[in-house]
Amino acid sequence: MADTRHVAFTVNGRPVEATVETRVHLADFLRHELLLTGTHVGCEHGVCGACTVLVDGASTRACLMLAVQADGRHVETIESVAAADGAAHPIQAALSRHHGLQCGYCTPGVVMTLVELDRERAGRALTEAEIRAALSGNLCRCTGYQGMVDAALELFGASADQSSV
Amino acid sequence: MAEPARIGIGARTPRVEDAALVRGKGCFLDDIHVPGALEAVFLRSPLAHGLIRKLDLAAARAHPGVRAVFAYDDLRARLTMDRIPLALPAAGIRFHVDPFVLAREEVCYAGEPIALVVADSRRVAEDAVALIDLEIEPLPAVADPVKGLEPGAPRARLDCPDNFVASNGIDYGDIDAAFAGAAHVVKERFRLDKGGGHSIEPRGVIARHDPLEGRLTVWDSTQMPHRTRGVLVTTLGLDEEQVRVIAPDVGGGFGPKAVFHPEELAIPAAALLLGQPVKWVEDRFESFTATIGERETDWDMEAAFDADGRLRGIRGRLRYDHGAATPYGVALPFNACTNLIGPYVLPAFKIAIELCLTNKTPAAPTRGAGRPQGTYVMERLLDAMAARIGLPRDEIRRRNFIAASQMPYAVPVKQRDGSLMTYDSGDYPECQRRALAAAGWSDFPARQAAALREGRYIGLGLTNYVEGTGRGPFESASIRVGPSGKVVVTTGATAQGQGVQTMLAQIVAGVLGLEPQAIQVIAGDTNASPMGLGAFASRQAVTAGNAVFQAATLVAEKAKAAASTLLEASPDDLELHDGAVRVKGVPGHQKTLTEIARSLAGAAGFALPAGMTPGLAAATDFLTTGLTYTNGCHLAEVEVDPETGGVKINRYVVVHDCGTMINPMMVEGQILGGVAHGIGMTLFEWMRYDDQAQLLTATFADYLLPTADVLPRLDIHHMISPTPLNPLGVKGAAESGTIGAPATIVSAIEDALSPFGVRIRDLPLTPARLRALVRERSAA
Ligand code: FES
Ligand code: FES
Repeated sequence: MADTRHVAFTVNGRPVEATVETRVHLADFLRHELLLTGTHVGCEHGVCGACTVLVDGASTRACLMLAVQADGRHVETIESVAAADGAAHPIQAALSRHHGLQCGYCTPGVVMTLVELDRERAGRALTEAEIRAALSGNLCRCTGYQGMVDAALELFGASADQSSV
Repeated sequence: MAEPARIGIGARTPRVEDAALVRGKGCFLDDIHVPGALEAVFLRSPLAHGLIRKLDLAAARAHPGVRAVFAYDDLRARLTMDRIPLALPAAGIRFHVDPFVLAREEVCYAGEPIALVVADSRRVAEDAVALIDLEIEPLPAVADPVKGLEPGAPRARLDCPDNFVASNGIDYGDIDAAFAGAAHVVKERFRLDKGGGHSIEPRGVIARHDPLEGRLTVWDSTQMPHRTRGVLVTTLGLDEEQVRVIAPDVGGGFGPKAVFHPEELAIPAAALLLGQPVKWVEDRFESFTATIGERETDWDMEAAFDADGRLRGIRGRLRYDHGAATPYGVALPFNACTNLIGPYVLPAFKIAIELCLTNKTPAAPTRGAGRPQGTYVMERLLDAMAARIGLPRDEIRRRNFIAASQMPYAVPVKQRDGSLMTYDSGDYPECQRRALAAAGWSDFPARQAAALREGRYIGLGLTNYVEGTGRGPFESASIRVGPSGKVVVTTGATAQGQGVQTMLAQIVAGVLGLEPQAIQVIAGDTNASPMGLGAFASRQAVTAGNAVFQAATLVAEKAKAAASTLLEASPDDLELHDGAVRVKGVPGHQKTLTEIARSLAGAAGFALPAGMTPGLAAATDFLTTGLTYTNGCHLAEVEVDPETGGVKINRYVVVHDCGTMINPMMVEGQILGGVAHGIGMTLFEWMRYDDQAQLLTATFADYLLPTADVLPRLDIHHMISPTPLNPLGVKGAAESGTIGAPATIVSAIEDALSPFGVRIRDLPLTPARLRALVRERSAA
């Protein structure tokens, strides 16, 4: 039998307890055990960023973290970003408005990266270069990134209202 | 802040796809949970060429949780034929090399599937794959298409007499006279290496057989579900009604997902043999090694010019790496050569195309499908000649342009459908003029000189290109307004992120006076649209767009005709507005589409409105008449560090003409993504193989996709030269960005390094390669 461990952590504020195979990575656990399929898997070697989630607030490659490593921690996924009533988060709305997505496969990872960026900037206006650097860990094959950069600039740039979104 | 409603052709309608996708609520292949599905993993060849001497599956079969392990013979038992019949008809092909579902005896590329393990979970299946005892006797591998065509080269496949799989060519005009009378001749050799599609979502297939319905349902991350169904019908001996193929949300296509791969047959065959659903999702390593790609071309070219820089003729030889099979026929190098001609008058052209089998993953279309390479060669030849005779690069192009007054302009080259290659509309000189103005071409020399005084090497490059789009022969669409009032559009088109649903909803909304959100578009399901071709060759706005436009027009006419009876008004006095047919100028005197649909749905024993057929619906096929040619001009400004070979793109201008735009926002999205792909193939992306055809770059850490911090902001301008070839006047836009980018970037880099006199021929241009070129020149 494969090696298993008992884990307890929160996902999007809800407690999760499970017995998991130690070799299962967090992305697979979220997707296939919790059926939170918004976190995507593009490479499973930590480069594409499609699997980006926040663990204790820090962006993390869910494909490079084992589910057991999440024990006792707080995980946030794309499913937590929109408001409880379903209304799009300003980052999500801006991505759509600026055509920052096409196939949408990279998009959940992009949203999570921008959610973290918004928290970290703590109201400070960001330059385009800073936004591009922040997004450089998310591969997108469809858009050339311009729409997502413009979305972030609208929200976090010098001309934006400087409260966190 | 709510967006104002914006509908109809030409509007920047927000995409109907986005609401789900930004929330992570799309439904991609791996998101589909089929109850009871088993999971599959393939054993793949670790060698590029060899003979399977031992394949012992016993330990894998005995592993707990494994339901079956299949080798070639096991799956063959369920198939009607030995190979998967994929070959498209092709002139000049010497032998079709259709793939097997699993390797039979010989393996011909590293990554070729050999066995299939089906287990309770993927992890168990992966464990069992490791238990398979495989021995392969290595054979010499062919890694290079030039060496592979030399006499005495090892054979890439023992089932073929040699590697020369096809020959092809173009030959028009008096080429000998063109060169005999030339004032100048440039001779160049170009080598462009292999890249790939590399959608962020890998491929995947789920197959489920329902014995009660007698139906096989296949979910497939494909660009062409109807083609998948066709191949499955043939190879599994089923009829069309028994096979349904659904392309769910697809996370990017870019060509590779248009090609039928062996896994798309292996998984359904396994599901039928086991009587249980089977799911397979490709991992990234498989995506690198087993998913098709292309671009590897070797060009030996000469161009003849008059004293004033006018082209007299081009001749040469193109050797093309076709990999280990021909799953898409042999059209790609022909595309490359026809696209070489571009927006220029080329009086004579003779090129021999030689296609070589190698022990690499088979070649098949990748965004641009041969065209970026052809455009690259023409533009490099023009730059080389301009440098030789001291003509500005814009001027040599100006002297060679086809004039707007020459449209339609026939090039004496026959297309796949037998018609002459005819440019239908466009103004190429004006396109370049606008691009030069937007990029500040005339001021640039002063800026360049000033930068040089500061020790900075900046350069500006340009490229003009055309792209044949909207390949036929047809696409299908239907529209039905149900008694519930719901408007459903079905189409054979498929979506991989282009915004097909929005594009089609927008067209229908414009004709019927509705909001796009009120329209449901069902694409990529063979049950919804029995006929269809799908996504390839930048075709869906042209083909599906016009099919849907025709169907919507028919539905509008029928709605008016019915309303004219119901409202007792002349059809001329009626108009469609906000989901209703109303009498012009008489507020409230109207019938909604829902009411009309109800009256046309009929009630037992009651008559339909006079003279009407049942249902508020229409179905049409749009048949193409030849390709329609998009064109564009790109300019890029770069800064190069001659010490490190680093290239920074500071500016990128596109003037683009794809005729009428249905949704300019989405056209720009296509251009942005296309240019990014083209920049990737120029500076970053390289499928590097060793001399035994082993891929050395099988992760995203080794094969670099362009990232947000290295791509420039694009400045996009549109020209609109509607095509006369379809009612909407639209042309395709999906590949043109990729076609123009490589030559543009390289032209700019050469310009930046003009103090060194560097000439660039081969792609990709990594920093190491560029630095070597600079050193070579500095030493000289
Ligand atoms: S799937 Fe985790 S980084 Fe690509
Ligand atoms: S939108 Fe397709 S990969 Fe980013």
